[in-house]
Amino acid sequence: MPTIDRPQLFGAGEVDVLELDDDTVVNAMELVRDAGVDEVLDRVDSELVALREVKARIREIAALLVVDRLRRSVGLESEPPTLHMCFTGNPGAGKTTVAMRMGEILYRLGYVRKGHLVSVTRDDLVGQYVGHTAPKTTEVLKRAMGGVLFIDEAYHIYRVDNERDYGQEAVEMLLQVMENQRQDLVVIMAGYKKEMDRFFSDVPGLSSRIAHHIDFPDYSIGELMEIASMMVDRQRYRFGPDAIAAFEDYLAMRVTQPRFANGRSVRNALDRVRMRQAIRVYEAAGRGRRLTRKDLVTLEAEDILKSRVFEGGAYASGSSGNA
Amino acid sequence: MVHKGLRITQGTFSYLPDLTDEETKAEIQYGIDNGWAPSVEFTSDPHPRNVYWEMWGMPMFDLKDAAAALYEVKRCREAFPNSYIRVSLYNSKLTKQTTALQFIVNRPAYEPGFRLDRQESTDRIVRYTLHAYALDRPEGERYRDA
Repeated sequence: MPTIDRPQLFGAGEVDVLELDDDTVVNAMELVRDAGVDEVLDRVDSELVALREVKARIREIAALLVVDRLRRSVGLESEPPTLHMCFTGNPGAGKTTVAMRMGEILYRLGYVRKGHLVSVTRDDLVGQYVGHTAPKTTEVLKRAMGGVLFIDEAYHIYRVDNERDYGQEAVEMLLQVMENQRQDLVVIMAGYKKEMDRFFSDVPGLSSRIAHHIDFPDYSIGELMEIASMMVDRQRYRFGPDAIAAFEDYLAMRVTQPRFANGRSVRNALDRVRMRQAIRVYEAAGRGRRLTRKDLVTLEAEDILKSRVFEGGAYASGSSGNA
Repeated sequence: MVHKGLRITQGTFSYLPDLTDEETKAEIQYGIDNGWAPSVEFTSDPHPRNVYWEMWGMPMFDLKDAAAALYEVKRCREAFPNSYIRVSLYNSKLTKQTTALQFIVNRPAYEPGFRLDRQESTDRIVRYTLHAYALDRPEGERYRDA
């Protein structure tokens, strides 16, 4: 499906509608405007860096739901689309963030009735003894109805190598509800690509019940920098003159080291930079220097360059200490 | 004379025609939106003084959407099609802590009704009591189809 941008979307809806009744078009348009679809889409565009494929897909889903509503307003009934999704990608690629946003988007579009997000992992679904799993899973599904059920690390649910594992029961209940109560909740599964692929091949019928398989690519250095500057802005800090270049150097080295987790690593790095800035400012104050507001908001290059990443081995040696 | 049975009237809406699933859902949603917790209960004893019915699972305190409560109603209906099933909405607010709304969502196909029993007592006193015909048979066999 090609990417549809909004002006075309409304045009496409009108062709159908115009043949039937002029007035209906206006009403439906108002309905769409009231729902604030544009606003949500714009926010997705501005607050999420890169993720072009993901944004395009959100736009397509939004378009489909809007057109669906337009069609319904002129009496063209059609089955509501299946919106179960699967997000795959490396750690920190933005899967959870997008899932959270998805609840709100689908709510604004009138696809789910409440728009809340219930985030669960294997522990919340699978029981520990016979007869424990079904009530547990039911409980979670009930709580998520009217909103979005987000299953993080979904591939953990089912362990094919252990036939006494209760995960199978949870998966069966999930499948049943995903099929029969499509209008009551949207299930979003997330996990790493390789594991999810294995999960889908172990559980026949699951992959085909998920309409949208979205892959989250890793970020480039430029995109990571964009994320970093957004985070810095949001926390009311500022990069000093050389700090931007220093942070870019930092990222360039960090991505080559193990356990790199995209956006999450950027956030952690910034948290540590803030700590080093804090101690620098604190010590300067201790030496009797007068502090200005600028001192409190500026992250200097030296705060970044002190990172152990530059010693080229904080992670390579397998230590889990802070870089 | 053919006995027509007696449609019992307990709880809200009981003088109205039976609620459809859509209407039931809307009523439950009204309760949830007010912060009340829905629960599903069932019984085969229609006596008005039988106030504590069997619980169908726990009360649902953390629901956002009535679809989940309706799902439990449907499951209860499947298990006990020929029983009375009701939905209670409990207001847990301090100083209220009581059932705010309660209505029947399922009833047996045929409700035989009650007879009036008289008991002679001392000094020509007569005591009256209601006896549900359904109770003459053991649980599980109390209601026939239509």
